[in-house]
Amino acid sequence: MDIPYTVQPRPDTGLYNAKVGIWLFLASEVMLFGALFSAYILLRVGAEDGLWPHGWLNIPVGTCNTLVLITSSITTVMAWASCKMNQFGRFKFFHACTLCLALTFVGIKSYEYHDKFTHYEIALNDGKIADGHFIENKLQLVNGAYTGYALLKGHVVTDRKELFNLREHPAKHEELRLEGAQIKSLDNYGPWHHTYLAIYFTLTGLHALHVIGGAIVIGFLWGPGSKLWRTDPERFTNRIEISGLFWHFVDLVWIFLFPVLYLL
Amino acid sequence: MQASTQTISVPAHAEAAHEEAGFWSKYVFSTDHKVIGIQYGFTALCFLFFGFCLMLIMRWQIAHPGQPVPLVGPLLASVLGDNMAAKGIVSPDLYNSFGAMHGTIMVFLAIVPLAFAAFGNYLVPLQIGAPDMAFPRVNMASYQAYVLGGVIMFFSFFIPGGAAQAGWTSYPPLAEAIPTEGQTFWIIGMVFLITSSLLGAVNFIATVIQLRAPGMTWMRLPFFVWAQFVTAFLLLLAFPPLEAAAVMQLMDKVAHTSFFLPTGLAVGGHLAHVSGGGSPLLWQHLFWFLAHPEVYVLILPAMGIVAEIIANNTRKPLWGYKSLVYAVLTIGFLSFIVWAHHMYLTGMGTRIATFFQTTTMIISIPSVIILTCMFISLWGGSIRFNTPMLFVMAFLPMFGIGGLTGLPLGFSYSDIHLHDTYYVIAHFHYIVAPGTIFALFAGIYYWFPKLTGRMMNEFWGKVHFWSSFIFMNLIFQPMFAQGMAGMLRRMADGGANYSAARVPGAIGGLSDSIMSLHTYILWAAVGLALAQIPFILNLFWSINNGKPAGSDNPWEATTLEWQTPTPPPHGNFAQAPQVHRGPYEYSVPGHATDFTPQNQPD
Repeated sequence: MDIPYTVQPRPDTGLYNAKVGIWLFLASEVMLFGALFSAYILLRVGAEDGLWPHGWLNIPVGTCNTLVLITSSITTVMAWASCKMNQFGRFKFFHACTLCLALTFVGIKSYEYHDKFTHYEIALNDGKIADGHFIENKLQLVNGAYTGYALLKGHVVTDRKELFNLREHPAKHEELRLEGAQIKSLDNYGPWHHTYLAIYFTLTGLHALHVIGGAIVIGFLWGPGSKLWRTDPERFTNRIEISGLFWHFVDLVWIFLFPVLYLL
Repeated sequence: MQASTQTISVPAHAEAAHEEAGFWSKYVFSTDHKVIGIQYGFTALCFLFFGFCLMLIMRWQIAHPGQPVPLVGPLLASVLGDNMAAKGIVSPDLYNSFGAMHGTIMVFLAIVPLAFAAFGNYLVPLQIGAPDMAFPRVNMASYQAYVLGGVIMFFSFFIPGGAAQAGWTSYPPLAEAIPTEGQTFWIIGMVFLITSSLLGAVNFIATVIQLRAPGMTWMRLPFFVWAQFVTAFLLLLAFPPLEAAAVMQLMDKVAHTSFFLPTGLAVGGHLAHVSGGGSPLLWQHLFWFLAHPEVYVLILPAMGIVAEIIANNTRKPLWGYKSLVYAVLTIGFLSFIVWAHHMYLTGMGTRIATFFQTTTMIISIPSVIILTCMFISLWGGSIRFNTPMLFVMAFLPMFGIGGLTGLPLGFSYSDIHLHDTYYVIAHFHYIVAPGTIFALFAGIYYWFPKLTGRMMNEFWGKVHFWSSFIFMNLIFQPMFAQGMAGMLRRMADGGANYSAARVPGAIGGLSDSIMSLHTYILWAAVGLALAQIPFILNLFWSINNGKPAGSDNPWEATTLEWQTPTPPPHGNFAQAPQVHRGPYEYSVPGHATDFTPQNQPD
């Protein structure tokens, strides 16, 4: 006996096996991201007054990335529809677009990550805080004290809370020279810096892994995996549909991530 | 013409070569659900034994704190080093990591893989009349992820600092503050185990939905399949939040985030160098959101096994099949909204506690329905008292004790006294050890002839049963008394520091009689270990030397797994079965035999 309904749908459920499988998998993914979103809510509700950041992320860049992913969802549907209409060439074109858009998304995301990792909050000995990106960093840590100097593009604030509400206190980008002797400690905007950044990096990092994983699968089906089209086009079309469902889910997660992390 | 003869001869030749040389593809990288089921079963039994050995060493330490462990003491000292087990004495650190790993191994590496993955893999496709699972390669990947997770857990014992020490619950900030990378190993191991469960769960649900044989309607499914189906949903939806929590704890450990570390956290008397702002309660919510459904993952497959064996050995239909199905579905749903009854003492507030008390009491209703149906099923049956049936008959009261003793823990006011005491240990072990494990033993004795074509020895089976039954109760009954006397769990000295002997006249000190129970429990545990010897020998000896089963259906059962050749070949059924009737048509008046298989036409 062979396993039935691997390609043809089962009459009473109307689904082939893999389609049931992918929907179940996506249900578990909803729970995975759901738990992380719940964690976001709990951390935000539990944050001290004025110490939850607003406006730390670049909204135009995020909007651009949102559009990139939405477009890739459209090309994914077009790729699947092309298979259904028996137009293999069009399929190749549309999924090439999907792949390019996926790479673009990951590229823009890494630019945003890079911007955070090179962004420093510097506690000064006079109690003030300098905040910004280094233009030139000649600081050295010798026996627990800083020597040398650094050129910083950023601003100096007296109250740390000013750094948390960039919508009301927009960051200024002035060139500052900091002497090593002025500096008490410095900390870049990595996940260790604040629970907001922790949840930001965890959520978007997990999402980026999903994007990369999806891109690898789509890339395989676009490249070596597309040989199946010649021998079993129906099964191949199903594979495009299944990978497409996953891709739409990944897009949907971003549709939630963007407002939650960038806009709220 | 020539081309066509070639295409015929090539696969035939390939198949012959496959049969001869394919040890790896047949037993290690197999995609056959039956082989994967046996792989899971064997690995899980090994972990069960390992987890049991950890417990024996801990019981020695509890009864005789600070004394070298007999027999294995020198081995512990040489393998784990002087920091952990100098001169064969279990250090408090080692006790903590044995405690944490005993729980982790028993739940995630032994019982769930045995009850869900092993029994489910072998039996669900057979019982629904399917040739295999819906996704055989995913099935193989599930087993491989499980082995990998197990290996990571096992090796964490041997790293500097030892395995995880913060209990199987791994509550932060403690879990993150203990200076061992064992916790990181634990998290990564858990991620693999979660992946394994997830792949398994997707596969089980898709298989039951898609691959039921013609005529196998939902209400004709054996109860075992229903139980596994609901279990799969629990794993599918409850495990991801723990995966999220594990990722966050990993971030805390590796990227120094503060998901679970509050502002102002002090470790070892110093302010911890963390950004703070995290919430330890968040971990507990996410952990128990998995771990309460996980309790039902441990018990539902066992109930499925029990139902099959009761119907077969009472020779009459299960009483209230539909009630059982609806009860198991209700349990599945409710198990997602009772988790915070593990957290009454966290200060989360009485309003929330009231909600979770209510749901906890409600979920006991379907559990009682299931148990009642099974008891009533015994009524008026001409019961065959073979080894599987003995284990099943013991399951019913043992699960009853475990369930009823849970009620005082479900109320927040009585939980204040009992929380984190030996009472809790006795309560959940009654459910899992003489409960689930007895059902698993029953299942092994019952389905063994389908795997091998031979029966296990009845006499030694009964020796195994009676001795296990007695020692199980001797181990866990005294713990109720210890817990009610206020003895806390997870103490490396077994509470000696709180004993009346150590602090004479202290109010609430543990009396000598309560403390002396430790010694009885230790020897009962040793007795339980000895009681497993007949089982282990019986299991392996009977594979080749047991009494031949005589037919494909030695128990004269109705469900489809007994209507296949023995052992079932690749693809299971010679021809696709057609199902004509419900799963438990025993002693139907007017029929020639007292059982009517599901695939027998009218």
